[in-house]
Amino acid sequence: MIRAYRTPIVLGVIALIVIVLFGVIGSEGDSTFRISTSGDFFTVPDFVLPSRGTALVLGIVLLAIAAASALLVRRGGRVRAWVLAVFGVLAVFATLSWAIAGGTLPMTQLLQGSLALAVPLVFGALGGVLSERVGVVNIAIEGQLLAGAFSSAVVASLTGNLYAGLLAAAVAGALVSLVLAVFAITYIVDQVIVGVVLNVLVVGLTSFLHSAVLDSASNSPGRLPQIEIPLLAQIPLLGPLLFEQTLIIYLMFIAVAIVTFALFRTRWGLRLRAVGEHPQAADTVGINVARTRFMGVTLGGALAGLGGAFFTLGSVGAFSQEMTAGQGYIALAALIFGRWNPILATLAALLFGFARNLASVLGIVGSPVPSQFLLMLPYVVTLIAVAGLAGKVRGPAAAGTPYIKG
Amino acid sequence: MQLELRGITKRFGGFTANDAIDVVVEPGQIHALLGENGAGKSTLMNVLYGLYRAEEGAILLDGVEQHFSGPGDAMRAGIGMVHQHFMLVPVFTVAENVMLGHEPTKGAGVLDLETARARVREISARFGFDLDPDARIEDLPVGVQQRVEIVKALSRDAKVLVFDEPTAVLTPQETDELIGIMRQLKEQGTSIVFISHKLREVRAVADVITVIRRGKVVGSAEPTASSQELASLMVGRAVELTVQKQTAKPGDVALSIRGLSARNEQGTVTLDGVDLDIHRGEILAIAGVQGNGQTELANAIIGLLGGLEGSISLEGRELIGRSVKQVLDAGVGFVPEDRSHDGIVKEFTIAENLILDRSDREPFASGLSLKLGTVREFAEQKSREYDVRSQGIETKVGRLSGGNQQKVVLARELSRPLKLFIASQPTRGLDVGSIQFVHEQIVATRDAGVPVLIVSTELDEVVALADRIAVMYQGRIVDVVAPDTSRERLGSLMAGVVA
Repeated sequence: MIRAYRTPIVLGVIALIVIVLFGVIGSEGDSTFRISTSGDFFTVPDFVLPSRGTALVLGIVLLAIAAASALLVRRGGRVRAWVLAVFGVLAVFATLSWAIAGGTLPMTQLLQGSLALAVPLVFGALGGVLSERVGVVNIAIEGQLLAGAFSSAVVASLTGNLYAGLLAAAVAGALVSLVLAVFAITYIVDQVIVGVVLNVLVVGLTSFLHSAVLDSASNSPGRLPQIEIPLLAQIPLLGPLLFEQTLIIYLMFIAVAIVTFALFRTRWGLRLRAVGEHPQAADTVGINVARTRFMGVTLGGALAGLGGAFFTLGSVGAFSQEMTAGQGYIALAALIFGRWNPILATLAALLFGFARNLASVLGIVGSPVPSQFLLMLPYVVTLIAVAGLAGKVRGPAAAGTPYIKG
Repeated sequence: MQLELRGITKRFGGFTANDAIDVVVEPGQIHALLGENGAGKSTLMNVLYGLYRAEEGAILLDGVEQHFSGPGDAMRAGIGMVHQHFMLVPVFTVAENVMLGHEPTKGAGVLDLETARARVREISARFGFDLDPDARIEDLPVGVQQRVEIVKALSRDAKVLVFDEPTAVLTPQETDELIGIMRQLKEQGTSIVFISHKLREVRAVADVITVIRRGKVVGSAEPTASSQELASLMVGRAVELTVQKQTAKPGDVALSIRGLSARNEQGTVTLDGVDLDIHRGEILAIAGVQGNGQTELANAIIGLLGGLEGSISLEGRELIGRSVKQVLDAGVGFVPEDRSHDGIVKEFTIAENLILDRSDREPFASGLSLKLGTVREFAEQKSREYDVRSQGIETKVGRLSGGNQQKVVLARELSRPLKLFIASQPTRGLDVGSIQFVHEQIVATRDAGVPVLIVSTELDEVVALADRIAVMYQGRIVDVVAPDTSRERLGSLMAGVVA
């Protein structure tokens, strides 16, 4: 009985937290949201709200949503995903207005930074989607990101061509996943173990090469230039976010669209998913399971590798040891939170990016809330969301299981 | 199209699964391959379908030798297969499953779903199937899933259609419908290979019967042959098709179930107000199509199912709320339906498996240590008593045949003093000899005065063993009837029709 009411209960608890913590005992003062930047067509005025009042109003709205969903469950219905999404956005907004009480939050920087932090996660999660949808568990996203970051820096430095660096990142990611594929598919080694071993191997290898071989000539690739799309870039908020970015970010948007279309609308995708769900069924209609899996895993690795290039070519412009810092595992979490769906996984990755960026922006703005708490809060919310709201999460049926003929 | 298998030999290591098998299937003929589980029928069909490669022999279609390196080749040559375990992706729609592997596209690899849907509708209309191309496979009943398999094969213009044990998952009514479909296919010129171990169905539908035993063709028969003749041919010796038993002498009610209800994790009702009494010294068999609550009923009694409403009382003691261990100690013996998963630990030896239930107590343990001598003696004795054929009691159970594994389970469960004996699918996947042995043990248990509950989806077994038959449908006991009730009536009950 309790299980059926899990979602309304979680929603109710969050609503109460908002009302009590942010509303009743919240901070005094106004919260200012700055939307426009100097380069925009026209200036949207700052958005000023009383912190406590906002939290109280939003908290009551949230409570109403929780009550409505409880009623829905009682009538035997299910709480829809869009209701949860609206709830989530409102809850985040309430948290923001509490956290910046008395200060000003530059929305553009907040979202821009979030997007930047999410880029490797999105690529990693997309690579994971391809790999797991075809039936191979990909723990090695971390290794693929790191390999991509390393080779893009080296190749771009040595050739002097940043785009050659991008290509090298994809190739490096593909090579790492090819090793995964060979061991997991051909030699039927446990996929999780191979993945973990690969991660450790890539960390060791790149760290060694970094300290033993790389010098300033081979590790100074520079950064990809920003490509501004005329006119569109001047739209307030959206312009700087979507139309004034480096090539990698445009590639990311294209990759999400292509992967989604290919997976669900093409023959290639249908066969790939069939292999990941029921390899024997695919085999009995003449689909080569091993070849399909090699293709899916390798392509996934190439995507993840491309994401790795963002660490070097897209942001700091040089490789440093273990610079991916566990982002591959976060990408894996985004993939699962996003239910193995490229678009949902992308949204999850963006959420994680937002969570990380929030802490640093609030630190700069000077929020009264301790930064460590802010750093933790989004992940806590995510944990609650995954455990309480995600419901029955089901991955590809054959992911992790090798296919042995006969 | 004429199909000829000539001298097919397939070996797995030292084991010869198919030994120089010759079969000719004439165009528009229903050709039954009859044989026990493990006789090599499925292996032969997997060779035909390109899943296995034969060491010797040839496959000829209309006299032309074929070389299949995979199922794709076999399909292109016009061979279709309705697999015993459906080869359908559960999360895909009907149309997606049917088109998989030969998808219509709008160019550039983009799926043309409209054409695929139309194809499904067209073929299913030809047979009056009424399939919804957009239904998800996992939401469809097994009988309908099987039709999807048939449509899938036909959508590739199969000229020879192989049905591998197609009736194992069907109700008697669905089986009759399937036989109708096979006749219809035959009229339209499709050659059919029908693999089965069920004599009744083979006799009902086949034009020619080829009997296979231990990988060899041992003879062929006309469909007019008697069940007795076919069975002897199949097993290689005269067999008793009926279970020898005296009339039951039922005593008092031992197990009494009242208003038992349960839901699964998704909140669907799996048991719906079950009332049932079982007397001492009788066999009550639950009949029903797989998935109508039988598994849940057995699990509920044994204590494997939580969230129960109602009561289960064994000789006046309530069982609900007790752990499995407490229920077993209360005198319940249990043969689970999934033997290799729940009945035994494959990696353990015969001896270890025989004392799994009492490994923590006298006489097998004292304090923290096992008394290995006692365990060995017990295992030797039980192995002899139950005729477990192995290389000794230290053999890992996973290496035994299904029949011998089941003997180990029976030996363990029957060697405690019992107040109730439950056996789910007690003979699933066993050869005729082992089936006979298991049935004898069950009847002997009854004759010793123990109440016995049998759950079986094999109607023949239910009818042969039961003193009373309870039919389950959608979590309810539809009716409790005598074992001499007609099959038609049992079939209707199994479909939930209460006349």
